[in-house]
Amino acid sequence: MPIDSFRIDIPQPVMDDLRVRLQETRLPDEVEGSGWDYGTNLGYMEELVDYWLNRFDWRAQEAELNRFRHYTADIDGVGIHFIHERGTGPDPLPIILTHGWPDTFYRYQKIIPLLTDPAAYGGDPTDSFDVIVPSMPGYGFSDRPHERGMTSARIADLWARLMTDVLGYGRFAAGGGDIGSGVSQLLALGNPGRVVGLHLTDTGFFSLDTGIPDLSENERKYLDAIQQLWMQEGAYSMVQSTKPQTLAYGLNDSPAGLAAWIIEKFRSWSDCGGDIERRFSKDELLTNIMIYWTTETIGSSVRLYYENLHGLPLSLLEERVDVPVGMAVFPKDFIPPPREWAERRLNVERWTEMPQGGHFTAMEEPELFAGDIREFFRPLRAERRTAVEVSG
Amino acid sequence: MTVRPYTISVPDETLDDLRKRLARTRFPDEVEGAGWDYGTNLGYLREFVDYWLHAYDWRAQEAELNRFRHYTADIDGKTIRFIHERGKGPDPMPLILFHGWPDSICRYLKLIPMLTDPAAYGGDPADSFDVVVPSLIGDPGMSRSDRERPLAKMAEISYRLMTEELGYERFGAGGGDGGSPISQILGANHPESIVGLHLTDLGFPILTANFPDLSDAEREYLARSQEQGFTEGAYAVLQGTKPQTLAYGLNDSPAGYAAWIIEKFRTWSDCDGDLETVYSKDELLTNVMLYWTAGPSVRAVSYREEWVSGSLAPDQQVDVPVGLALPPKDIDPIPPREYAERNLKDIRRWTVLERGGHFVAMEFPELMAREIREFFRPLRATQGEAIPKGNIRNP
Repeated sequence: MPIDSFRIDIPQPVMDDLRVRLQETRLPDEVEGSGWDYGTNLGYMEELVDYWLNRFDWRAQEAELNRFRHYTADIDGVGIHFIHERGTGPDPLPIILTHGWPDTFYRYQKIIPLLTDPAAYGGDPTDSFDVIVPSMPGYGFSDRPHERGMTSARIADLWARLMTDVLGYGRFAAGGGDIGSGVSQLLALGNPGRVVGLHLTDTGFFSLDTGIPDLSENERKYLDAIQQLWMQEGAYSMVQSTKPQTLAYGLNDSPAGLAAWIIEKFRSWSDCGGDIERRFSKDELLTNIMIYWTTETIGSSVRLYYENLHGLPLSLLEERVDVPVGMAVFPKDFIPPPREWAERRLNVERWTEMPQGGHFTAMEEPELFAGDIREFFRPLRAERRTAVEVSG
Repeated sequence: MTVRPYTISVPDETLDDLRKRLARTRFPDEVEGAGWDYGTNLGYLREFVDYWLHAYDWRAQEAELNRFRHYTADIDGKTIRFIHERGKGPDPMPLILFHGWPDSICRYLKLIPMLTDPAAYGGDPADSFDVVVPSLIGDPGMSRSDRERPLAKMAEISYRLMTEELGYERFGAGGGDGGSPISQILGANHPESIVGLHLTDLGFPILTANFPDLSDAEREYLARSQEQGFTEGAYAVLQGTKPQTLAYGLNDSPAGYAAWIIEKFRTWSDCDGDLETVYSKDELLTNVMLYWTAGPSVRAVSYREEWVSGSLAPDQQVDVPVGLALPPKDIDPIPPREYAERNLKDIRRWTVLERGGHFVAMEFPELMAREIREFFRPLRATQGEAIPKGNIRNP
């Protein structure tokens, strides 16, 4: 299957058009003293749009992104963009890391070198990984699906083909958070013989069903807390699951609108104590937003919520994942689940409660995250070799 | 008295800026055969924006709007705009009509002449009304620091408008969507002044109340409303929790604002999926234009205060006479009468309309005119009687 190398190079007219839009941004007013209570704060948006227009250097960010090896491959008629970095060590373990929403492949930018070349960061070269970070269909530089039904399950199928048919790996590791957690679980469900283990930072799909008969006290508290939080913080997901197209018009036409929609999540889901820049620089926030803006993928990205709501069979979400799972739970993520909740569906072999960090773990706490991935997969590497020797 | 005549006149710069934005609209993609399943259809919105840019004539629409008498009044240091049309008949009855979201004064433009001058539409001049329609986009009576109960506040401002500014002692009130709870609050707080309320829906104040003794019909109605909420109600949860986040895109993109609004007109109307069987593009656009030109306002899309504090409490009673005209194609199913009667204690007229949806006054104005005339006809006799406060329930 042919692979093409790929460089990010946004055409200048797109940049010029963006400049005009930013200059002419028509910001709304706000209710006095509303802070972030009503959503993205106006004062912060004024500052961000000003920075975007006058200080942000996309070409420098683009050059940074292009330091990685990017490729595209056509899989089942869908063009998939991915980063593929080979490990520096005696026997790198391949790992496919899946991002979520509203992040992009950029989520993993900081940890790629930590995983490929641990020795360069004070680690052990035997812990090295070949790292594959694809953009989900409808995200970043992958194709936007033209047809209905591109669910997380279909994405998992594409990932299996990417790892085996395109890249030629027999067995590999997988990991992710947010939608990437669900995709990784579905990848393991569909390919139990190929997936060595899963490293997850959240349980992905969660059910709000409080009618499960034998809930522990902690599980009951967890589900109640989620349900409460959901009515305050979950409307974005309800809109994206039911009317993604209606939302897409404003966000694809207004860079400020797109930025506001995305950064609200980076602020409320991260371990930033309400100050978004304690965790993310404006350059980081804007680079992630630019990946949506320049590829015009906000509409196709939020559509995945609709496709999953309408196209994922419920039975699939109840199937048990038998491959070993390592969970790294970060305290300021949405609401961290109790271990027994995760164990209902996942074969949890390692459970780490991190001292700090939130939903965008790999961006917020790359060292903690990389360390946990190394330790979880260390014992599984031997099993993988044994399996390969036996089958060979 | 602070009432002054007012003419709608959007500055040229606003129109020039709008034209530029429309011309550079960056449409998203759509999956093949999406129809309206994923929200506002791409093909329709392209056609709509193209019409807006090349065929729609705002100045002509503005002139049409200005055929009505518009006024402003200053109440509580805030300026409220409203239409005030006097009735033609022996004894017109004053009536204030409230719109909701995402409609505007446009909701009542077809209905106003039918109510002020029934004789011109084959009716009886004795049925004529003085009609007042305030413009509520962006909660005009709210200060930037107000964070509590805008519906109750709008009810109070409207009361002062009708009594102190316009000099009416007793009057009728009515509306749908957000206009329904405003009317109900008026009825609950000022029974001595309200002759009767005419509503096209129950509003949204009591859906979440936990009544212990629900009938089977009520239970089914609430279950179906909740189901409807899951598929069609996300906009309301969003506008109730994060309106500011939404406001950036809508206020910066006319296509985005239009898409957000017209999806509701299509889903909530009796149009079988084809918007233009009940609305012209001009009508839809003029309504959108009133939002766009109102200026970039977060309050125009915010339900946050209602979300937090509710509007009419579940135990708050409305004792004045109520007439309900319920359109079959409205958002929620037709409520059981006993459910409506939990708050509305004196329902005198209960009509399930033969057709119509959420914006029935725009869709089928003649049905609304009929209902309003017939509901208020027997109440006109009581209009002049001063009914002592607190003695409404047992006449």
